[in-house]
Amino acid sequence: MKRQTIAYSFALPAFIVLGLVVIFPFFYNVVLSLSNMSMRHFWDWKITGLDRYVEVFKEGIFYTTLLKTFAWTFINVFFHVVIGVSLALLLNRPLPGRAIIRTLLVLPWAVPQYITALTWRGMFHFEYGAVNLVLDKVFGVQGVAWLSQPLTTFGACLITNIWLGFPFMMIIALGGLQSIPAELYEAAVVDGASRWQRLWKITIPLLRPVLVPAISLGIIWTFNNFNVIWLVSNGGKPADQVHILVSYVYRAVFNLYRFGYAAALSMVIFGILLLMSVRFIKSTKGTEAVY
Amino acid sequence: MKQKDPLWLTIVIYIVLLIFVAFSVYPVLRVVTISLRPGDQLHSRSLAIIPEDASLSSYKTLFTGTGYLQWMLNSAIVSICVTLLGVGLASTAGYAISRFSFRGRGSAMIALITTQMFPVTMLLLPMFMMLRALHLWNTFGGLIIIYSATALPFCVWTMKGYYDTIPFSLEEAASIDGCSPFNAFRLVVLPLALPALVITALFSFMAAWSEYLVAAVVLNDKRLYTLPLGLKMFQSNFSTEWGLYAAGALIVAVPVMVLFLSLSKWLVGGLTLGSVKG
Repeated sequence: MKRQTIAYSFALPAFIVLGLVVIFPFFYNVVLSLSNMSMRHFWDWKITGLDRYVEVFKEGIFYTTLLKTFAWTFINVFFHVVIGVSLALLLNRPLPGRAIIRTLLVLPWAVPQYITALTWRGMFHFEYGAVNLVLDKVFGVQGVAWLSQPLTTFGACLITNIWLGFPFMMIIALGGLQSIPAELYEAAVVDGASRWQRLWKITIPLLRPVLVPAISLGIIWTFNNFNVIWLVSNGGKPADQVHILVSYVYRAVFNLYRFGYAAALSMVIFGILLLMSVRFIKSTKGTEAVY
Repeated sequence: MKQKDPLWLTIVIYIVLLIFVAFSVYPVLRVVTISLRPGDQLHSRSLAIIPEDASLSSYKTLFTGTGYLQWMLNSAIVSICVTLLGVGLASTAGYAISRFSFRGRGSAMIALITTQMFPVTMLLLPMFMMLRALHLWNTFGGLIIIYSATALPFCVWTMKGYYDTIPFSLEEAASIDGCSPFNAFRLVVLPLALPALVITALFSFMAAWSEYLVAAVVLNDKRLYTLPLGLKMFQSNFSTEWGLYAAGALIVAVPVMVLFLSLSKWLVGGLTLGSVKG
């Protein structure tokens, strides 16, 4: 048998499944985005051109949701990186109990995401939720009616997502820190560099190549994170205001039955993601040269 | 030698670390607490970690008075099928990419990375239409196929990375001894790749066991509900059944957490697709 044939017989089953589940639906989605499919035209839909895209860009909700999505992504990733890197810096030294502390800090990442979201939703309950109870009994602060206002609900989603996301950055940063050669620090000490100088002149610049791809990945994950927003806010409540793009697409399909519109909106989201992914791949390549 | 930290700094570091440990661990402890509350204390404003009159009544009700066992069985069926299919597909595809230079190999690898970036929400509508057309909507079959594909890129990548470390000379020796390429793969390479197979299997299992969104779209019949859908149901009733939710969530999450913590090193390497060195 030819080696090519053997290779294909090994590779094809997996790629057929991928094609069926990812690639075919993708092109199907392109077709739907150009159609008038909706609740009324479910079986008798036809191609109508770019109308649905016009709809997407005409409606104000796209822009407000886009803005919320960017705020959501930026705030989350910012805190993931700051908390994650700080904890990694603190952990990167001989400390008794280090292994246990590290494991406990990774715990939030290990919990299935939907359970995290549902649990935090319970913790934000006004009267019986742990967040308000701790605020009240430990800090003496009046509780907040978290899930009754869009802004505080968004805040609740953010806290939830920050909780589940910082361990990833911490682990990546710890890996990066351990690969920085100790001689650099020794030389810096000999030259009389302070702790502060060593942090900013050696540690942070050398962490960059490790962090850049992780941050890009974090941005893409957060941008697409449906579970937390949807489950903590219970489907975008209150007032249908707590949405990011991906949760709004879901609502447009399965609650509002605007199929063509949702498909077009998906394509727009895909475009945004593609731009970010290109950056991601470039940044990964760019960092290879550093080592 | 690194400078040794002064004592005050060590103390400050411990305090900061412990604050964050409390932040990480508390929500999990809270679930434990609620799951242990007796039925008449679910609406309690207590912050005690071990509740007064701790009881296992929620666990008992969970198994006797709800559909929990059915959901668990459903999740197990789906996850085991996904694991078998995932391991089968990933071990072969990873082998092809690792060992052969075939036409389209480069694009296959790029396709693998790109599919990781497809948001599932974007594919839900076409998947839904497609499954309906194929009469796979509201069946485990539809769910299993979708889950296998979503875990596949990570698994193929892990397998490929591991095969790369197995010397090619082993297969050459096998072929000189008259072994066919398929037998060389099955009898020589696959047993050596056992660690990677285990990782792939566990990852596929965990992915299917903890997935909510696709299940919510594909499954409609309550008898087919998997654990995530079932647990969500405890919350969407008029009065949330916290005790049942907490007990159910713990039983589902604890094994996953243990697995995850023991695998975290592997997962990090695979998730960043080898872009992180060191």
